[in-house]
Amino acid sequence: MHLTRTARIVLGCLTAAGLALIYLPLLLVLLNSVNADPSFAWPPRALTGEWWSRALHSAGARDALWTSLRAGLGATAVALLLGSLAAFAVHRHRFFGRQTVSFLIVLPIALPGIVTGIALNAAFRTVLAPLGIGFGLFTVVVGHATFCVVIVFNNVAARLRRTAPSLAEASADLGARPWQTLRYVTFPVLRPALFAGALLAFALSFDEVVVTTFTAGAGTKTLPIWIYENLARPHQAPVVDVLAALLIALSVIPVYAAQRLSSDTAGGRL
Amino acid sequence: MSATNHEPRTRGRLAALLAPPLLWLVLAYLGSLAVLLLSAFWTTDPFTSDVVHTWTTDNFRDILTTPVYRTVALRTLGIAVAVTLLDALLALPMAFFMARVAAGRLRRALLVAVLTPLWAGYLVKAYAWRVMLGEHGIVNAALAPLGLHGPGYGTAAVVLVLAYLWLPYMILPVQAALERLPAHQLEASADLGAGTVRTLRSVVAPAVRPALLAGSVFTFSLSLGDYLTVQIVGGRTQLLGNVIGSQVTLDLPLAAALSAVPVALVVCYLAAVRRAGALDSL
Repeated sequence: MHLTRTARIVLGCLTAAGLALIYLPLLLVLLNSVNADPSFAWPPRALTGEWWSRALHSAGARDALWTSLRAGLGATAVALLLGSLAAFAVHRHRFFGRQTVSFLIVLPIALPGIVTGIALNAAFRTVLAPLGIGFGLFTVVVGHATFCVVIVFNNVAARLRRTAPSLAEASADLGARPWQTLRYVTFPVLRPALFAGALLAFALSFDEVVVTTFTAGAGTKTLPIWIYENLARPHQAPVVDVLAALLIALSVIPVYAAQRLSSDTAGGRL
Repeated sequence: MSATNHEPRTRGRLAALLAPPLLWLVLAYLGSLAVLLLSAFWTTDPFTSDVVHTWTTDNFRDILTTPVYRTVALRTLGIAVAVTLLDALLALPMAFFMARVAAGRLRRALLVAVLTPLWAGYLVKAYAWRVMLGEHGIVNAALAPLGLHGPGYGTAAVVLVLAYLWLPYMILPVQAALERLPAHQLEASADLGAGTVRTLRSVVAPAVRPALLAGSVFTFSLSLGDYLTVQIVGGRTQLLGNVIGSQVTLDLPLAAALSAVPVALVVCYLAAVRRAGALDSL
């Protein structure tokens, strides 16, 4: 198919318009983080750095950020392990119920967050509470890991699909032990997919509100929960915009890194 | 690889690979869903709101016979379909440009540009839209010279904001599918005399369809369960998620029974797209 010059220009314009639409709200967030009017009146009458200094000194925001980082890292670690194992099972073996396994892995992200949330809440209360395990970081990690598995699974599976199994077989034929093949052949091939999967899983956990609401308990506050509590308060809302602006700015680094690492696969696959 | 599958060693390895993820999903996830479904058959003390463990199917009968639940379920379904169609419409030209026109650094930069907003935070973005759609917001300010008025808060705003939030989930799989399409297939199609429209229909569409369906799993089911965006920009609009959310503390058995509605919808949807091969390319 030969795209005409006009077709290319039209597609380019549509893409530019789409990106403008994507970035308009984000620019507004950035602008409101320095808007002197806390109710975000448009157009802004005066600019201020007050929200930035308040955000950087907010202990609540810092604690919430720390909690989110730990929850995200925990969930990502579990998802990396379980997602990779499942991807190997489904793509290197043929067995009865193979389709059901992929279905089961997709289910936690496909079902509404509120259903997952209240289901986990009910289960934790009936099963974990009698064992003396209360709601906290642990229950948040369990909840997040459950829907993060699919992200790692998809990335690793996509990579495995494109990698010939003969590579590992050749390694075995040349006398490598299974762990040597894993260490020197399979792992290097999978590394970009694992990195991209981990990054997206972390991002998903970092931004999750609904499941967290039902699994966190009173003492555990992740960043989105803190944001949810503070956005409704008129004098805290701009502080939240500062945090968002910071996160957008910082996110370019990991996203770009993941893109470089996985550019030879399918790009940042979900 | 399938030839060696019946050897005991391979089977042992398969069991070792499958056991941890399956145990986790069955115990932590399906177990929780089973607990929830079970509680849908219980009832609530009308005075204390405590759950009473008496076996009853009243909750399900209530849901099926109360017109308001049917209205909310249909509205939720309609919004999820509208969001999915809107995202497909927005994603196709962008994904096409990214995969087949842009190359090298531009392609990488565009992918980063599409991925970055995922980190900005769901709530922050939804609130940004609340500010934009407000009576004195930027949308009305921009439309005023044209004599137009923005949608304000309501169902249209919910569709718009949800489509905005899930758009990257649709662009990325479609882009990946288009990028994988071998150039020589497109050339062969042209050499055989197919015009652009014919090539789009016979070569590009079959390659993109599973990816569109895979993206739609996200846009459809995330919209189906959303309740925060509705609270933020929905005005008085209520979706299934809001109804479930408002019942959780009052009447957990009823909330559990209501949860069965989106669960059934999503399972039907997944079963349908699985037949079309969407889950393989997710």
